[in-house]
Order: sequence, then structure tokens, then C-alpha cells
Amino acid sequence: MTARYSVGIDLGTTHCVLSYVDLEAGDDQVVLDVLAIPQLTGPGTIEDKAQLPSFTYLAHPAEIAEGATALPWTGNPEYLVGEIARNLGGKTPIRLVSSAKSWLCHAGVDCKQAILPVEAPEDVTKISPFAASKAYLQHLRDAWNHRFPEHALQDQDVTITVPASFDPAARELTVEAARAVGLGQAVLLEEPQAALYSWIENSEGDWRNHVQIGDVILVADIGGGTTDLSLIAVTEQDGNLQLTRVAVGDHILLGGDNMDLALAYTVKAKLEQDSGKRLESWQLQALTHACREAKEKLFNQPELSSMPLVVASRGSSLIGGTFRTELTRDELNRVLVEGFLPWVPVEERPVVRPRSGLRTAGLPYAQDAGITRHLAAFLSRQKEATGELPDHVLPEHASFLHPTAVLFNGGVLKAGLMAERLMQILNNWLEAEQAAPARLLQGADLDLAVARGAAYYGFVRKGKGVRIKGGTAAAYYVGIESSMPAVPGLPAEIEALCIAPFGMEEGSEQELPNDEFGLIIGEPVRFRFFGSKTRRDDAVGVRLEYWQDDELEELEEIEITLPEEGRHAGDIVPVHLSVAVTEVGTLELKAVSKRDQQRWKIEFDVRAGDA
Amino acid sequence: MNTYTIDLSLRPTTFDLWHVCLAGTAALLALILIVVLVSVLLGMRRCKSAAPAVVAPAPAPQPEVKIVEKIVEVEKIVQAPAPEPVVLKEATPDAALQLLSLLQKEARFIDFIKEDVSAFSDAEIGAAARVVHQGCSKAVSEHFTLAPVSKDPEGNRVTLNKGFDAASFRLTGNIVGEAPFTGTLVHKGWQVTDLRLPKLTEGHNAKIVAPAEVEL
Repeated sequence: MTARYSVGIDLGTTHCVLSYVDLEAGDDQVVLDVLAIPQLTGPGTIEDKAQLPSFTYLAHPAEIAEGATALPWTGNPEYLVGEIARNLGGKTPIRLVSSAKSWLCHAGVDCKQAILPVEAPEDVTKISPFAASKAYLQHLRDAWNHRFPEHALQDQDVTITVPASFDPAARELTVEAARAVGLGQAVLLEEPQAALYSWIENSEGDWRNHVQIGDVILVADIGGGTTDLSLIAVTEQDGNLQLTRVAVGDHILLGGDNMDLALAYTVKAKLEQDSGKRLESWQLQALTHACREAKEKLFNQPELSSMPLVVASRGSSLIGGTFRTELTRDELNRVLVEGFLPWVPVEERPVVRPRSGLRTAGLPYAQDAGITRHLAAFLSRQKEATGELPDHVLPEHASFLHPTAVLFNGGVLKAGLMAERLMQILNNWLEAEQAAPARLLQGADLDLAVARGAAYYGFVRKGKGVRIKGGTAAAYYVGIESSMPAVPGLPAEIEALCIAPFGMEEGSEQELPNDEFGLIIGEPVRFRFFGSKTRRDDAVGVRLEYWQDDELEELEEIEITLPEEGRHAGDIVPVHLSVAVTEVGTLELKAVSKRDQQRWKIEFDVRAGDA
Repeated sequence: MNTYTIDLSLRPTTFDLWHVCLAGTAALLALILIVVLVSVLLGMRRCKSAAPAVVAPAPAPQPEVKIVEKIVEVEKIVQAPAPEPVVLKEATPDAALQLLSLLQKEARFIDFIKEDVSAFSDAEIGAAARVVHQGCSKAVSEHFTLAPVSKDPEGNRVTLNKGFDAASFRLTGNIVGEAPFTGTLVHKGWQVTDLRLPKLTEGHNAKIVAPAEVEL
């Protein structure tokens, strides 16, 4: 059965959006729609909304009346997701699962283990980050199938977006979650690429007039929970413009939610100083909501100098228990603009404090809120990103990669003040190195672009538009203990063996030429696993004996267990490794027996931590 | 001792006691046979009708869903009631309750109007009014799309031609003569062009517009 629709799913940290294109609508005419997702907004009430908040609420059995959680397609959903989860969880945070997506990319955690919510007391049945992601996908699938009963989502072209900074294990988990809800055909697309696709689609063919050969587009995506940076170069092949994604940034857990919280804490401090009373946690939460609204008003209406903030009492006496304060433009500028987009030179780097020994189990939030510092670090680190492209020559003295165009995405940059500030700082850096200022690509829809771009990607995959080339955004290595006599007190030296080069294309496969490993049957064997976003020239089979600390990033270990089928436990089988990038966009590691060409899959998700 | 011979050509000529017994026994056996046959037949029929009830799967559990009541009634905002209504429509109470619940949830509307404002200063009432205003505005704009009835700016002279919709435009003041009427637009009017009220599950008690809250 051929797919009628190309469906894009933005599986976001704070919101999910589903967008779709009718592939039979007519000649290259792209009509994008966003699905209105029916969801519970409170017990017993269902509303259609374009966004499904990525929250899961684990309700107590006595908490909700029977039948009050019915959805149009099921009387009794397994988990409460969407608006109702966010609403109920606001008052009962111990039962609220949020940011499941960020956990997928969190090293040291087994994502299939029931660990969320982290703070939940014992009698709350926790769920795994994987199960939460699956629940959002399942809700989206059911909503689609309810809307289009004759075109089941399982039969459509589905593209799911992931952060460009997702490591192979997180990508694999996303695909697995999709498979678990019947979407085995889904392919992955990096979010910044999706944003650029959306911009291309939006320009209705005019995009070629807005970029030229030699351009480097910086895609800055500052969403609710994460900041994602990518660089895409415009090149030429056979007279046609081509787009190549040349670099991606790290997974930075920093976004709009941090900003609202920062404002709320500022106002809280002011209030507590003035009144001498301590704010309770529900008041802080109400204040955060009020700050978000005030922030948007102040950003949208430049003539306002302050916005009143009101926190109502929880009891039925509204007037008596309400307190009032205000958020001034000065505070907004100081906290958001100076705090998150500080005016720094390009040499500055994010501050990294050593983590305290007693680290609570939580997400590794960015320690430095200065997004501009993260940007400076990214651009400097990726100075060589376009080194091999003929039309992209950086001046000798350049200390960082010079972007020539910028595409924004994510809710934070809807605020004109923030977007302008970011452009000013970037252009200031460029000016200091006598480079032309970067221009802002206009016409992006910052909230829905990722889902729309993903739906458009299904169209592109059919050969109907320009496709961004990219391949893997990193080179991958396994750690091998070098054979030298053991020295007491020193850990064995490690060599890194390159198993997948940078920019390996989807649907390609490479085998390790010479290296052989002896694997013991029936026993799990673990390898240390590394990725590098900067080493572009290492070919498969290269052994690194020495590298700089910031070049290679250690990822979670990978594990292989050879089954005993037809062999004796304890036997040693010589194998070599083979790496493929699947059409879906995941990395696949296999061990291939030298004797009979038998193949075994190597698992990524062995994040049992140190246990 | 008697000796019996078998001669099949012989026919009894006397209807004696033996023959009476013989005939009686035959009749009795025939009766029993009939009774047994009938009961077997009846039994089989009953089995047949009972059997499917055992074998057939229980009716597939209908997803206890479909819950959702559509609420059709629109609260009219400025439109005047038709002059001579022939049939009076009964407003469904659920829609009204729902709107009340939304206004309470977003704007603390009921709390506000139920409170005695005389004890508070204007500044205090003003602070609370912000909550109500912000929330009402959010609830209304989320669930209704509102548009003015008349596109002309208020204060302009407007002309209503013959056959204008008297429900959309209300005439006041010196109403004499025939259409077209020309007058000053005092209020531009409001109309709901789109309505998105939440759907309700079947068991939902809409009369609870705000549940009592108990913190543990």
C-alpha cells in the first residue's frame, strides 16, 4: 500500500507537533497541515490542540473519577499525556514525568528502566524515559488514526525529528519507540535540518535567491528545554545549489523554561525582600506562569515599561489573598538579555564547574546560562568544518567559523529583542575579524517549523526537492587496550580505533579492514565507545594513540554477547566489526565472524551506569 | 407336556386374553417409543439453540468511548432576539456550565463575583481584577473566535438597506419611515464566528464547575 500522506512528527522536549502533506494533492503543490490533537485538558474534558505537551502524569487510582480519562479512541488510556498531565502535574509534581527526551540522551542512565519521575516516592509506579516517549508517539498515532481511519499512520511516510546532538544510542531508542507503536517505517531527521527544510518549503522555490554558493548557514534552535546548533554549507554540484550539514553542536539543556524560571526567581527575591515572607512552592509556580505572560507582553510591546504580576490565593477568597508585584523592563533586560545572551568576545567559553561529588540523579543541565558563550565555543571548535569545501575559504586569521546567514528556530527567538541581540553579538564577532555581517533568513515559523519541515522531508525523499546532505555528524571510535606490559598503578593505555568516519551517508556500510577481536561466546563483552564532532579526516581502521581532551567525547559503552547457538560457551570467535548507517538514520554496529560470515548486532543501550 | 408346532398359515379365530395382553403391550411400547423420540427431538433442539450461546465470543467490548457530547448552543452576545419567536429553543445546561467552569478555572470568575468587595480597597480589587481580566481574555479567545458585526468604525454614519438582518443590527432612537435607514453606529456588535468548547466524557458532572481542592 502506498502512503497517501507524508507525516512529520516533532517529538519535542516540551511539546509534540504532528504535521502532514497530502502526497496526492497535485503537481508538486505542497499543502502542509498541522493535526489538531484531541487530548484531555482536565478530568472529563477533551480539547483539540495543535501541540501535545510532552508530559506524562501517573495518577493515583483514587485521584480521578472512573471514565473521566476517556479519549475518543479509548475508554481507558494507559498513561495520561498532554495538557492534562501538565495541569495535574503542576499541583502534584511528584507524579509528573517531564523532559523524557533529554533523558534519552543522558549518559549513565538505562533508558528502559523505570526511573521517572526522579523525585517520586516509593508507591508511585515509575516509568522509563523510553516508555514515556512511546506514550507520546502512541497518542499521536491514535489521534491520527482517529482522524484518518482509512489512512492508518502505520501505512504513511513518517519522519520523526531528533536533536542534531542526539548520540547513536538516543537515536536508536527513538526508532525503537516508534517501532513499538507500529511505526517501523519511520525515519529520523535532525531538527535544525527540519527547520531549514521548512524555510525552503515556505519560500516556495524562492530560496535559491536568498542563499548563494559559499554561504554557511547557522541554524540556532532555542526551544523550551534545549539549545541546538548546526552549520549548513551551501555548495554547488553540476550547476545546482546543494546543502550540506557540516557540523552540529553539543546537547545543551538550556532553553525558554530556564528563562521563565530565572525571571520568577528574580521577582521572588524582590518580593521576599519587600514583604519579609517566604514564597511557597505553588506561589513560585504561579509566579513563573505570570512571568512568562509578562515577558511575552513586554517583548511584544516595546512601549511598556513594566508589567504587573499578580499571584492569586489558592482559596476561594480572591481579592483578600492576592499579592501583586511587577516585572520591569530593566529586570527583563538584566535577567534575560544580559543573563542568557551576554555580550562576550568570541574567545570566551562556557563556565564549567566541577560537578559536586554527591550528584543527585538528575539531568545534566547546562551550568552556564550564557547562550552566546555556548555559541562562541561551538563556532570556534568548528573552525575547520568547511575546510574541505572548495568554495568556503576562511581568512587566515579567523579564530572561528564565519557564518554568513542565520536561521532561527524555537519559541525563545520569537522575541524580537532576543533575536536582534543574538544577531548583533554574532555580527560584532564577525566585524572584529573583518568579515561581512551575517544576514537573517526571514520567514520561518518558529513554533511549528520542525514538524512542518519533517513532513516536507517525506516529499523531498521522493526526489521532489533539494535534499540536505549530511551523514553522521561525528566520527565514532572503539577503545582498545594497547598491548603493552602492565604498569602497576597506571590504567592500561587506550587506543581509539575509528570504526565510522565523519559524514558517513545513510544507507552505506563499512567494514574494518584488518583488525580482529576475539569474542568469547556466551559472555558479554563491552567496548568503550567514543565520538568526535571535529575529527573529519579519520578513515575506518585508523588507530589513535593520542588525542586532545576536547576532541573525543566518551559515549556509553557498547556491549555484545554472542549467543551459544551451535557453539561451545567459552570458545573464542575471531570477528571484525562492521558499521552501517541505516536508511532510517541510525548507526548499526555488527560483529562479523571471520570463519562463517555470521553476524551479530552490537547493542548501544547498555546504560546500566556503574551498577 | 404340550408340544408347540409352528404353522404360519394358521390365523387366530378367537380374540382371547392372550391376544388382549399382546395388543396392550404393543400399544404401550409404541407409546413409550413415541415419548422417547419426541423428548430426544426436543432435547436436540434445545441443545442447538443453547450451543451457539456457549460458543459465540462475547460481544466485542465496545470501546466505552464516544462519550463526547457536542454542545451546539451558542451564547448570543449582542444579537437581539428575533422579534416573534415561534419555537423557543431550550438551552442545553451543559454548555453554560462548561463556560462557567472555564471562566472559573482560567479567571477565578466565580470566586471574584462571590466575594464581598466592599471591604477591600480599590487597589486590592484592581489587583484581583487583573487575574480575572487576563484569565477571561485567555478563556474566551481560546474557545471563541469573535468578530465585530459591523466593519465600520464606531461613530460613523451607516446605512441599512431594505431587508437587513434585524438580528444583527438593532435600531434604536427615532425609528420612523422606511428602509434604507441611516444612523450612527453606536456599538459595532460582536459575533462568534467559531466555537471550540471542550468535549465532555460521558460521566462528567458539569455541575461541579470547580472541584474542592485538598492538599495532602
